[in-house]
Amino acid sequence: MKLPAPVSFAVGLVPALAAGWLLFPRLLYRTEAQPLPFNHKAHTEGGMGCADCHAVAENGRFAGLPATEACAGCHAEKGDNAGINALVASYVEPGREVPWLVHARQPDNVYFPHAPHVTGDKLACARCHGPHGESTATKAYVVNRLSGYSRDIWGPSIARVGRKEWQGMKMSDCIQCHRAGGRESACLDCHK
Amino acid sequence: MHTSKHTTSLPAHRYTLVVDLDRCTGCGACGTACAVENNIPPAAEKATERTGTVWMRVHEAAAAGDGPSTFVPIPCQQCDNPPCVDVCPQRAIEYDPRTGIVAQIPVRCLGCRYCMVACPYHTRSFNWWTPEWPEGMKATLNPDVSIRTRGVVEKCNFCVQRLQAARAKASAAGQAEIDPADYVPACVEACPSRALSFGDAADEKGEVARLAKDPESFRLLAGLGTGPKVLYRSSDPAVRERLSRTGVTRG
Ligand code: HEC
Ligand code: HEC
Ligand code: HEC
Ligand code: HEC
Ligand code: HEC
Repeated sequence: MKLPAPVSFAVGLVPALAAGWLLFPRLLYRTEAQPLPFNHKAHTEGGMGCADCHAVAENGRFAGLPATEACAGCHAEKGDNAGINALVASYVEPGREVPWLVHARQPDNVYFPHAPHVTGDKLACARCHGPHGESTATKAYVVNRLSGYSRDIWGPSIARVGRKEWQGMKMSDCIQCHRAGGRESACLDCHK
Repeated sequence: MHTSKHTTSLPAHRYTLVVDLDRCTGCGACGTACAVENNIPPAAEKATERTGTVWMRVHEAAAAGDGPSTFVPIPCQQCDNPPCVDVCPQRAIEYDPRTGIVAQIPVRCLGCRYCMVACPYHTRSFNWWTPEWPEGMKATLNPDVSIRTRGVVEKCNFCVQRLQAARAKASAAGQAEIDPADYVPACVEACPSRALSFGDAADEKGEVARLAKDPESFRLLAGLGTGPKVLYRSSDPAVRERLSRTGVTRG
């Protein structure tokens, strides 16, 4: 049986596109679980501010994620919460750091300083991180098997359609916001 | 003074290194401090004079007669008219219009090495091997400098990571400009005989601007018009004349 050319073209194209858009992302990305549960809301509703755990120090360095020491002040003893018990047993008592997986983590060759972005309330955390600060549970950490980079660098949509402004932080996303503010950046502003 | 063809005007800052050859003893502390600061791995087993990675090379220039030789530390000369920028097919090298620093971006590099050919000062290194550190040394790597891979070219970026840290500190304090004391490259900090000084030549009242105008200061291969922002000083007119005319050759 001989099919007309457009039909045989479509017969080849449709599965190829399906493989490219549906199957490939599944193969390309792997999901990893966070080492512990964490509930931002439980902490901020208790009166803690973002800077109690993620602060820019006087020398301009961003503290990143809090050390176990910062949790130990409130969670030194086990109780009836499984998450707190895991924290105390595996990290507080042995004095180990929690190996959190950082969704926003950029490649090693990128230099990103929080200080110029957040000092003096210039930009809200949510502009780049979305609603993570109000989350009640950790979110899945998805990593690109080839590059080892977090999927959050590219964003959830492979085609980047319908993405919210905080979804994805590629080089072009940094530069787009900088240009919108009339700032031309040199390579060595953002690379190390 | 040379104006770069890459910018319409001189940069607001012109970071400049001044090397006093009368004071340099050739001890090599600058090169060691540079390697530690910038995550330059120990030489690979098969590396030779030409294939190892060195950002700060101390060259021994023999005297014309039987006088003592002169030691000449040679990092990237941070030219205002950098020949390397134009030849790069990848645009992996950029003349930073704000600082005058010639920025080498190894992640963008494809390893063609045109820049190494174009540079009259031979201050670049190609990574012939995957960098390796002995187990214990890995913990001492500097997190502010990324590790380069095999197959790319690298060179001195004037310890730009220290400028980045100084800028972050200034913005945390709500200041627009850095405190100059916060930006000093590792080689300058390490030199035991204080042969190296560093600063912003655009600061007319600064020490570096004064030294740049001093008749004892000169540039390597001055006739090429590359406009280095690494200046050399010597009280010996013969040394000045020879080095500014012929520069130094590798190895
Ligand atoms: C009690 C300490 C604590 C407080 C207070 C806190 N955080 Fe966190 N934050 C954490 C911990 C622990 C993690 C790692 C677990 C996770 O990803 O949720 C984290 C992760 C994050 C991340 C994810 C970084 C990434 O890319 O993976 C963001 C963004 C963040 N916090 C923002 C905020 C904001 C905004 C606030 C204030 C509204 C805040 N945090 C308050 C402890 C805290
Ligand atoms: C200022 C005190 C304080 C600090 C510091 C603190 N927590 Fe908490 N934490 C609380 C309170 C209050 C709750 C909610 C009440 C409860 O369940 O005990 C809570 C709840 C939790 C829970 C259980 C959440 C749930 O929804 O089941 C976990 C897990 C937890 N914290 C982890 C951490 C970690 C990790 C740190 C360090 C980054 C930390 N906490 C720092 C006060 C604190
Ligand atoms: C302009 C965008 C932007 C803004 C605004 C911003 N961040 Fe980030 N944040 C990033 C990027 C990019 C990274 C990844 C940095 C890296 O990998 O070097 C990051 C990383 C983080 C991390 C993980 C740090 C680590 O090294 O483990 C935390 C936590 C975080 N941000 C919290 C915050 C908080 C809290 C605020 C508000 C005070 C904030 N961010 C504002 C872009 C932003
Ligand atoms: C939502 C807007 C926005 C995004 C996204 C953004 N930036 Fe910025 N960035 C700014 C603004 C605004 C400033 C200037 C702050 C000031 O006035 O000092 C700035 C300044 C900087 C500086 C300071 C330069 C200097 O002179 O000290 C660096 C470095 C930088 N950004 C890197 C990045 C990188 C890397 C990314 C992407 C991972 C990024 N930025 C994403 C808005 C943004
Ligand atoms: C405003 C900040 C910013 C500036 C300016 C900037 N970059 Fe980037 N660059 C990034 C970020 C963030 C990434 C990582 C995310 C990505 O891959 O898009 C990146 C990634 C890259 C990569 C890919 C590296 C990899 O690991 O895949 C190359 C190559 C690169 N940049 C080269 C350059 C060059 C060359 C310049 C100067 C002409 C430059 N960048 C200027 C922020 C910047």
